[in-house]
Amino acid sequence: MTDKPVWQPTASRDVLKNRAQLLAYVRGFFAQRQVLEVETPVLGRHGVTDVNLDGIPASVNAPGITSGWLQTSPEYHMKRLLAAGSGSIFQVARVFRNGERGRRHNPEFSMLEWYREGFDDRQLMAEVADLVCGWLGCKRPLVLAYRDAVQAYAGFDPMKVSDRDLARYCEQWLEPEQLAGMGRDACLDLVMSFVVEPKLGVDAPVFLTRYPAAQAALARVSDDDGFAVAHRFELYINGLELCNGYWELTDPQEQLQRFEADNRQRRAAGKSEMAVDQAFLDALDAGLPESSGVALGLDRLLMLKVGAASIEEVLAFPVERA
Amino acid sequence: MASYSTNEFRSGLKVLLDGDPCIMLENEFVKPGKGQAFNRVKLRNLMTNRVWERTFKSGESLEAADVVEQDMEYLYTDGEFWHFMLTDGSFEQFAADAKAVGDTVKWLKEQDVYTVTLYNGAPLSVTPPNFVELEVVDTDPGMKGDTAQGGSKPATLSTGAVVNVPLFITIGEVLKVDTRSGEYVNRVKSS
Repeated sequence: MTDKPVWQPTASRDVLKNRAQLLAYVRGFFAQRQVLEVETPVLGRHGVTDVNLDGIPASVNAPGITSGWLQTSPEYHMKRLLAAGSGSIFQVARVFRNGERGRRHNPEFSMLEWYREGFDDRQLMAEVADLVCGWLGCKRPLVLAYRDAVQAYAGFDPMKVSDRDLARYCEQWLEPEQLAGMGRDACLDLVMSFVVEPKLGVDAPVFLTRYPAAQAALARVSDDDGFAVAHRFELYINGLELCNGYWELTDPQEQLQRFEADNRQRRAAGKSEMAVDQAFLDALDAGLPESSGVALGLDRLLMLKVGAASIEEVLAFPVERA
Repeated sequence: MASYSTNEFRSGLKVLLDGDPCIMLENEFVKPGKGQAFNRVKLRNLMTNRVWERTFKSGESLEAADVVEQDMEYLYTDGEFWHFMLTDGSFEQFAADAKAVGDTVKWLKEQDVYTVTLYNGAPLSVTPPNFVELEVVDTDPGMKGDTAQGGSKPATLSTGAVVNVPLFITIGEVLKVDTRSGEYVNRVKSS
């Protein structure tokens, strides 16, 4: 089924103006704080190993190179710059995630990603709040631990709940045979998406923090009351997930182990394995400075600014019209 | 038969769910940035007309249902079946049972064109056009000249449908009726 192409944009001229203002605001914000703007490849040699992220493969014709990936985020390249001594950096990047299309998703979107040398997650959260609240004119965000949020809205302890009870809880939405192939984290994602998220940031913005270690991705992990938790944070406003940040993992050994664990999960999920980006691991080997980094969806920030219910209201051309 | 994966889900898609043909009404893609993606889907079961809500993991798929909608002219009923004919010049005929015809029976007029939904080649449902023109066969005597004042009365139409009409309507007049609401629209002509 293919629709007839439509040439007109989906965003109004007013919203396009808002987008230009947002970009100017972001650049002013970081200029004032002396964070360097950088550009890194949109087309990279490697994709990511993350089981829930699908890049878009590209066919390339360059000496010795025949394939590549449209990047799901500029993270690896930006960390290589950090390791090379760039100091704090930011980027407004176009990123790509295959198969993601919905009211809040378009497979191509604008991501603001930045890294602060010497910052821990708390310090970076304060800066995210400055940037977001300065633009939206909203209240300062509250901070809520992942565990407390699930406890409050879903009524169980995500750190202690047994796999069996968790699966039984998810039977509200999925048949037992659908749940059979799902791991603990996918079940928790379901609970997060369907039950917790819609409640987050309704009265005031909320930072969700202290994720279970299994959902650490590229964040460092520490002990919290006997449970391993990730130094990872996400900001929610009106139930909309706006950003994802880490106090960055700098240990190349642990990073490699996480990549390998990702690939095991990919295999189990019937997805093809992704080659590990050796240049990125080499950069970690050379030494990534102590830093925190965050990726923020600019289209969603714009949705909040103009009160858009759907992402196409803030995009000139969503994928169907691209 | 083909199948549709979650990334092909969209409203209007006809799929098989629990063995019944369904039409997708809504599809919401939900995914935490780093997490598992799901599709929350609303479907109408075309057999029962009931609306179902289901959740699918990204990558799951549903079998396509062989459901097509075709314009057909209503011919006649033999008491058990209602007979329709394709308007594409093929003269191919289809017999719909009472379940397929459903409430549309009260709007069926010979030679008018209806949308017949076929499932595996057999009529599953019959949808009337939004407006039909039918003759009044029974109603209380009209009040001449009373065209402006409010008030209504029931009138029985040639198909057996009963609609509320203004007081001035008389037997033999042809009325335009909205089949979605079952409401009188206007008089077409007096016979």
